[in-house]
Amino acid sequence: MNRLRYRKFVNSVMLGMTGIFTVFTVAVLFLILGYLVYNGGKSVDWNFFTKLPAPPGETGGGMANAIVGSAIMVGLAALIGIPVGFLGGIYLAEFGGKTVGFAVRYTADLLNGVPSIVIGIFAWTVIVVPMKGFSALAGGFALSLMLIPIALRTTEQFLLNVPRSLREGALALGAPKWRVISSVVVPAASKGILTGMILGIARIAGETAPLLFTALGNQFWAHSLNEPTNSLPVVIYTHAIAPYDEWHRQAWAAGLVLLGMVLLTNVAARWILARGITVQKG
Amino acid sequence: MKKWNTLLLAALAGIGLSGVAAAQAINAAGATFPYPIYSRWFDAYHKAHPSIEINYQSIGSGGGITQLKAGTVDFAASDRPMTDEEIKECKYRPLHFPTVLGAVVIAYNLPSVKVDLKFDAQLIADIYMMKVKKWNDPEITKLNPGVKMPSTDILVIHRSEGSGTTFIFTDFLSKTVPEWKSKVGADQQPKWPGGLGEKGNEAVAGYVKQTEGAIGYVELAYVLQNHMQSGIVKNGAGHFVRPTIDTVTAAAAGAAKSMPADFRVSITDAPGADAYPISSFTWMLIPSTIPDANKKTAITGFLEWMLTEGQKIAPEAPLYYAPLPANVAAKEKAQIKLVK
Amino acid sequence: MAATAIAAGKSRKSRNLFVALRGGDEIAHLITLVFAASVFLVTVFLVWELWVHSAPSRHKFGLGFLTGTDWDPVQEIFGALPYIYGTVITSVLAMIVAIPLGVGAAVFLAELAPTGISNTCTFMVELLAAIPSVIYGLLALFTLVPLLRSYGEPFLKASLGFLPFFTGPSFGVGYLAAGLILAIMTLPYIISISREALLEVPRDQREAALALGATKWEATSQVVVPFARLGIFGSIFLALARALGETMAVTMVIGNDPSIHMSLLAPGHTIAAVIANEFAEASSAMQISALIEMGLVLFLITIIINALARLLVIATSRKGTAHAA
Repeated sequence: MNRLRYRKFVNSVMLGMTGIFTVFTVAVLFLILGYLVYNGGKSVDWNFFTKLPAPPGETGGGMANAIVGSAIMVGLAALIGIPVGFLGGIYLAEFGGKTVGFAVRYTADLLNGVPSIVIGIFAWTVIVVPMKGFSALAGGFALSLMLIPIALRTTEQFLLNVPRSLREGALALGAPKWRVISSVVVPAASKGILTGMILGIARIAGETAPLLFTALGNQFWAHSLNEPTNSLPVVIYTHAIAPYDEWHRQAWAAGLVLLGMVLLTNVAARWILARGITVQKG
Repeated sequence: MKKWNTLLLAALAGIGLSGVAAAQAINAAGATFPYPIYSRWFDAYHKAHPSIEINYQSIGSGGGITQLKAGTVDFAASDRPMTDEEIKECKYRPLHFPTVLGAVVIAYNLPSVKVDLKFDAQLIADIYMMKVKKWNDPEITKLNPGVKMPSTDILVIHRSEGSGTTFIFTDFLSKTVPEWKSKVGADQQPKWPGGLGEKGNEAVAGYVKQTEGAIGYVELAYVLQNHMQSGIVKNGAGHFVRPTIDTVTAAAAGAAKSMPADFRVSITDAPGADAYPISSFTWMLIPSTIPDANKKTAITGFLEWMLTEGQKIAPEAPLYYAPLPANVAAKEKAQIKLVK
Repeated sequence: MAATAIAAGKSRKSRNLFVALRGGDEIAHLITLVFAASVFLVTVFLVWELWVHSAPSRHKFGLGFLTGTDWDPVQEIFGALPYIYGTVITSVLAMIVAIPLGVGAAVFLAELAPTGISNTCTFMVELLAAIPSVIYGLLALFTLVPLLRSYGEPFLKASLGFLPFFTGPSFGVGYLAAGLILAIMTLPYIISISREALLEVPRDQREAALALGATKWEATSQVVVPFARLGIFGSIFLALARALGETMAVTMVIGNDPSIHMSLLAPGHTIAAVIANEFAEASSAMQISALIEMGLVLFLITIIINALARLLVIATSRKGTAHAA
């Protein structure tokens, strides 16, 4: 085989392989979705959304408290994380001094890189131990720590993207700086910021490790934020490793519900960003 | 604006949830060994007393004791008695309340083997010390003549965390096999010579159920609820005994007569022709002082129910936990009064 | 005279401050500064808490903690080496699988695929990154592990069993299963970031190579990819950092055996997995301290890797993937 034919052969083979690798990766996504839809779809029923867990060996239970527990803790995390990230991001983009700005950005990146299990340890030392109990508060706090860097970076990034001309125009009209920010810059960046926040919330909704020893678990409804609380990711874990077929069923159903929520949120957020739906400042 | 909306929603959710029938919530954690019966009990008790919710998290005996010491749970459950040091570390001295009797069963997964395999303590120890590696090892075939054993690897499964079930298992092996006692010893989390670790009775059973060639030690209820294979174990009297309610009760017979006041006792390798050698009590650890009066009433109420109604539920299928001997239950009723 | 001047000066200053505060800008500045500073403070507090709570363990074992192989809660002797080994091995294995797959797919998406397909596929790959870890664990437990146990591992033992990496019983769970699931989880990061790095390579580089008679593959592998190598390395480090800290999927398939094994088929343990398994039930203060020290070790490792990743990605965007042509 002459040199050129050999090179052309290698060309086809290697390029073909890259194509195969891509197909493989995309196929994995479809396999995951397919598996979950198949196994989860069989198991999701009305009971799943409305009933509390049943003792092992009995059928008819559900994960209602896990769904609500997750919602509550994610809500708590958003309550803490979104304002901190949003306002902190405004500081970095609009007011930031050099040293303070650098310190905040650096530590936010650091916080972002903390393994989620270590975040759980921190929440344990700071909330569970002093309050002598596992709680949704501890779980929500842990999740908020994971949301803050995402919210911060998103806000700063999209605020910086707003063209200077917009700011200068408003300033030229005599508006004070804070007014410029609140009435002009933030609304202009709101679409991107909103997308980032939504993506961040979708991310923390699926986190398990920070909840393992902060919120623990609960077969019943938690009556206050100060009690152990069930959550979707944690029940998926405990039910998947158990021997009961009924529990496996529940794990698949919970997996489908969780994945469905996460993926739909992701798709919706990116769609918002791409299509350019402007959000009114509410 | 969005912030206020979220705040309002959160407040409403909190109010809404707390409005659920002013319930008394009790938090407990501990052993996975009795989890099948405890979850049945707490569910039945809740149906009988809808305002009392006992939330039990099965994190292992070690976990239960740790959380009790830390004060994060109202009571704990363990398959091994607390040591004196551990009792001292608790704010309020914990009282041991035996609840049921259970059996640690040798579960395995060999679809081609149709009979129950016979084991003795030496064989179990050798398997867990990684000396016996294949299912057709002579040590196994010697005890099971006539059974065609596959040549597959033995996949040894133990617990990955501090477990009361492990304590019962290793306690039995330490009493019967000197080499085990010196090399590994009896503890809730020993240095395992090898094998895979799984979290809780649940995951050990889960893995053995799905994996051909695996062997693990789990409580009887898990084996029965999941239709798993289990072994027949040779006891001190030389008989091969199946784990059943009767053989476990036989193991407790001696202890029942001479139960110490604090109910801390081990019944592994018990004497008796029909005694199942790897049996044990399992305990609820109740603080002797419960400051919250409502919680105290709820807990003592449950304990009384447990010693009467609960004992009737325990031996039902597919749980098969042996109920407490009558004189032990009577002594415990007296101990309830000690809870202030 | 001096007194009145001073008094006048003071009241003017305070009046100015008051005016400035009422002006709104200072309030906005202050409020946002407080929130930004809180991020800084909470992170510092986190590191401090980790440091303080791991003190008993650090003082007892010193640097020997990193080389000790015993994990004995009974005797209260703790050594982190088996966990560090497991963390490193599974992550390295994940990289060995994910790098060729990821860079290859990135090459396809950046160089070969038409824009529409490239964008759609990239979107789908990025969705993979959004899937929670516990769901990967759930799937791995019921699909990957049985496949490995029944087919994959026996095959490896039969064909490559002479190597010490493929010996021992086929548990299905272990280093191999964990490495493979980590590879799948980190693939999206490598693909997405490498693709962007490749897209930033100027067209004239490719065209110059092609003009010299190179095949498309030669142009890509010998010109474009080296040009984008900083960004590609950045993506690899980012993926590595993610793999090192991964908890749930690994816990479910690693086998939880705190020993060091040569064979990839053997069960092992990782730092994140042991913390997840043992933290809630650590029986002594020393055990908790040792677990927290391991969390600190993991955190330090990921800081270093993340810093390297950031440096590389920044270098890419700033210099424009340049090296002297």
